[in-house]
Amino acid sequence: MIWTYRTAVSIALIAALFVINWALDAFVIEYVVRIILQCGINAILAVGLNLINGTTGQFSLGHAGFMAVGAYATAFAVIHLESGLGFSASNIPAPWMQGLLLSVGLLFGALFAGLAGLLVGAPSLRLRGDYLAIVTLGFAEIIRLIFTNTEALGGATGYSGGRPLGLPVYTNFFWVFLWAILLITLIGNFTFSSYGRALRAIREDEIATEALGINTTRMKVLASVISAAAVGVAGGLFAHLMGTIRPDDFKMDRSVAMIVMILIGGLGSVSGAIIGAIFVAVTLEAMRDIQQYRLLAYSLLLIGLMIARPQGLLGSRELRLPAFLRRKRGGAA
Amino acid sequence: MSTFLQQLVNGLSVGSIYALIALGYTMVYGTLGLINFAHGEVFMIGCYIGLYAAFWLGYETLSAASFSPMSATLVLLLAMAGAAIVGMLIERFAYRPLRGAPRLAPLITAIGVSLLLQNIAVLAFSANPRSFPSIITEHRLEFAGVTITNIKIFIFAVSILLMLALEFFVKKTWTGRAMRAISVNLPAAKLMGVPADRVISLTFAIGSALAAAGGILFGLDQTKLEPLMGNMIGLKAFIAAVLGGIGNIRGAAIGGLLIGIAELMTAGYISSDYRDAITFVILIVILLVRPQGLLGVVRQEKV
Amino acid sequence: MTRFSAARRFLLLSSMSLALVAASGCKPKAGADGEGSGAQSGALVIGAYLSLTGSKADFGIKTQQGALLAIDEANAAGGVGGRPVKLVILDDQGTADEAGNAVTRLIDVENASAILGEVSSSLSLVGGRIAQRRGIPMVSPSSTNTQVTEIGNFVFRTCFIDPFQGEVMATFAKEKQGFTRIAVIKDVRNDYSIGLAKAFIETFTKNGGTIVAEESYNEGDTDFSAQLTKIKALEAQALFVPGYYTEVGNLAKNSRRLGLNIPLLGGDGWESPKLREIGGNDIVGSFYSNHFAPDNANEKSSAFIATYSKRWNEPPTALATLGYDATALIIDAMRRAKGEPTPAAIRDALEATKAFPAVTGAVTFDANRNPVKPAVVLKVTADGDKFVAEIQPAGAAPAAPAAPAAPAAPAAPAAPASGAAAAPAGSGSGAAK
Repeated sequence: MIWTYRTAVSIALIAALFVINWALDAFVIEYVVRIILQCGINAILAVGLNLINGTTGQFSLGHAGFMAVGAYATAFAVIHLESGLGFSASNIPAPWMQGLLLSVGLLFGALFAGLAGLLVGAPSLRLRGDYLAIVTLGFAEIIRLIFTNTEALGGATGYSGGRPLGLPVYTNFFWVFLWAILLITLIGNFTFSSYGRALRAIREDEIATEALGINTTRMKVLASVISAAAVGVAGGLFAHLMGTIRPDDFKMDRSVAMIVMILIGGLGSVSGAIIGAIFVAVTLEAMRDIQQYRLLAYSLLLIGLMIARPQGLLGSRELRLPAFLRRKRGGAA
Repeated sequence: MSTFLQQLVNGLSVGSIYALIALGYTMVYGTLGLINFAHGEVFMIGCYIGLYAAFWLGYETLSAASFSPMSATLVLLLAMAGAAIVGMLIERFAYRPLRGAPRLAPLITAIGVSLLLQNIAVLAFSANPRSFPSIITEHRLEFAGVTITNIKIFIFAVSILLMLALEFFVKKTWTGRAMRAISVNLPAAKLMGVPADRVISLTFAIGSALAAAGGILFGLDQTKLEPLMGNMIGLKAFIAAVLGGIGNIRGAAIGGLLIGIAELMTAGYISSDYRDAITFVILIVILLVRPQGLLGVVRQEKV
Repeated sequence: MTRFSAARRFLLLSSMSLALVAASGCKPKAGADGEGSGAQSGALVIGAYLSLTGSKADFGIKTQQGALLAIDEANAAGGVGGRPVKLVILDDQGTADEAGNAVTRLIDVENASAILGEVSSSLSLVGGRIAQRRGIPMVSPSSTNTQVTEIGNFVFRTCFIDPFQGEVMATFAKEKQGFTRIAVIKDVRNDYSIGLAKAFIETFTKNGGTIVAEESYNEGDTDFSAQLTKIKALEAQALFVPGYYTEVGNLAKNSRRLGLNIPLLGGDGWESPKLREIGGNDIVGSFYSNHFAPDNANEKSSAFIATYSKRWNEPPTALATLGYDATALIIDAMRRAKGEPTPAAIRDALEATKAFPAVTGAVTFDANRNPVKPAVVLKVTADGDKFVAEIQPAGAAPAAPAAPAAPAAPAAPAAPASGAAAAPAGSGSGAAK
């Protein structure tokens, strides 16, 4: 019974994504589509970061680094897969193949970003609070310096796969939102599983959690790996939206932007993170008319928000659909 | 050999600026347990205040040589006073409302303040670099194949002097004791009649004034100001504070000099590509191996 | 899974509402005549994306000033076929995300028939690829990286390219100054600097010179003493610094302070009044290559300098001049376009450009849509930067600075064209290190 329900939902979802993707292509200007795609990518970033920063309460300031790893790994994989399979500028893969290539690339991106999350997280998650923030920032800077100094990945000019037209622009509504839904469901389930409870326990009182027999370091590293992998996927989608990725696209500003997203929504709230992500993408673009004051407004917003509501707009609450739209909840997951 | 000595001298001169800025981080962290991310920006603002003070005191009409030592000191004092006010304002409006909030809230606010100051500076002073007036005439001195300028010696001397003064202030005066009391236990200090708000405000004022002094010395030495200059220097100074043991004044001084030397030696003998990376590597290593820093004391966490 | 289906549905709902917003709010463009120029009558729009805020704000602002002057002049002269020309400028904050959004917005919302931008090569790559894909011609005023125009047939530029500029300085250093030992110090965070250093090193070593050291720094650095101390021990005769004026001034100061009194050589990134302001006396005596020299003016350029100075109360920089040239070239192409000035027609007209009288020299495009024009070398002196030599794009044969009056006739376009084509497609691969 439950299986048929899930299958039906999944098919309906995919069909809906497909239809929306077609409709956007046919009727909506690219500029707006682009912002919608950025909303989706931001949502993945925010939900990914939220797992470690919000749910687990381990403050990372270096997720731009994982995003960079994901972006470079995805782009590198896609480019090499394509040339391996004999695709070129004159032999463009079919749309479904493009999505498949992108998805395989994203798996690579997730893998490498997750690995980076492990390498960074395993040693540094022993630290607390602001020290952790600084160490992650340091790691992100080192990752960026490595990409800057790696000539094979384009150095400071950025990586475009050695192609005049840059990385193939495969990121479209269908794939962004399919991946977004996949990752958000995954992270959401994780957050509300027994693992998630352990993570929240760590946030509230690490020593007490340890005393309960939970291996807190292992839990934190696990959260870090999942978080980094999700952010890596967002990086890959970003790479194939932009066409070029440069080390300077992944500066500290990017990490701060992600933090702003989850702060607006609420630390620890999955739906809040999504709202924050959409809010950031849309308002930044909407503020174009006051362009030179945009960054000023952004920083004032950050300060004001922290003073007025340090836990974010939603806090750790989840936004849910009205009861009549919700299916009755099942037992414990 | 003379090349090595030269690199060492270069490292010390870069490091003494880091040390001076690191003092501000260390003081604020020592009293409040807060990483004042905006400290690098206070350094930048101090530098710009110095620039305008020099023009106001008539640097443009006078030539560099005739700008009196009196006026030069005045520039320094004005910049320190201006930065102290900025520091107190930041504390009052951005950090004080958050006292008692979750530990990370002030950290994020600090990032916000840092962005805010950067953007205000871009709007007010333009992103284009300005040149800092040479209010002290530069002379080049040479010893045993090592070249050094009077300004570098001056920087070094002022840094040491300010550090000693600060050490004396914190150890020997009533206010200094109050600061240390707050750092150990804020509620208890309040109960013992320490006017905590005033003392914390003063901590920010002193830290910011030191950053401004660093800014002026930096401006004299490097003659270039830009709104984003506080970013990297601030970060490195913070790392210096962590290396020395955050909260420890002598530690900040030693950390600053060590970071300066490490950077220059990396650039000189390994590769200039990894000059910035080495600082972060030091940070990571020190936090993993000895998180309390070189001179810090371990504080056992209570359950 | 069941537990979290709420969030999943939430996402679906939010994405659908977003799509609804998109569909209802912004659907001005009907699917059918989408490929046209948008506005059939009324103002012709040139869309510019530039860094007006952020650390590179000055580059964008200078380019903008030049572009606005060109627009005013064109409209005073009756616009294009009676239609006024409008410049819509969007700020990209010097970031790739914003550059991408800005270019798409210029095309979709502002109905730009042609795009102007960016200064920075890596951002021109982002915007140029969108312009190419959408079939809107783009002219970069001042991106010198070879990759930019390799994007495709819709991307042009009005400046020379890095390999040529590197060649110019290497030739100048070797032939005119007689240097044989040069140290290079480049900004590793800056693709422009890396490309220029590479081209310089290639030509200089090919001509028999020795590169004694190849050092690097990071954009924003203020202390260069470690690198310079190292170089001092190597007895270099000159120092090639292909960076921006923001760092070069300080670098000069640092080197003099260490007793390293050799001249500095650089590229067009040096050009700014700030160079002497920051570098003071220490930068005097150095040389850099540039797009034009105010004191080597012909009629066209002296007229431009006069009007620009009057309009903006400051002398034009190379970036401002190139911004003016690029805009004037786009307008000229709009006028020359066959039939309606649609993006495609403007592109064709741009490609057909023959000896367009730009301030920075006559523009004729080679096969890679790069202009074939000479470079000048300037010397930094206490009272301004002075013209020293003009070097023609024929490569190794430097022309005497004899006839500055006539705009330099484009030399055989084949030579530099092949030079550009020979440059590696991905400048990232195989740097000369």
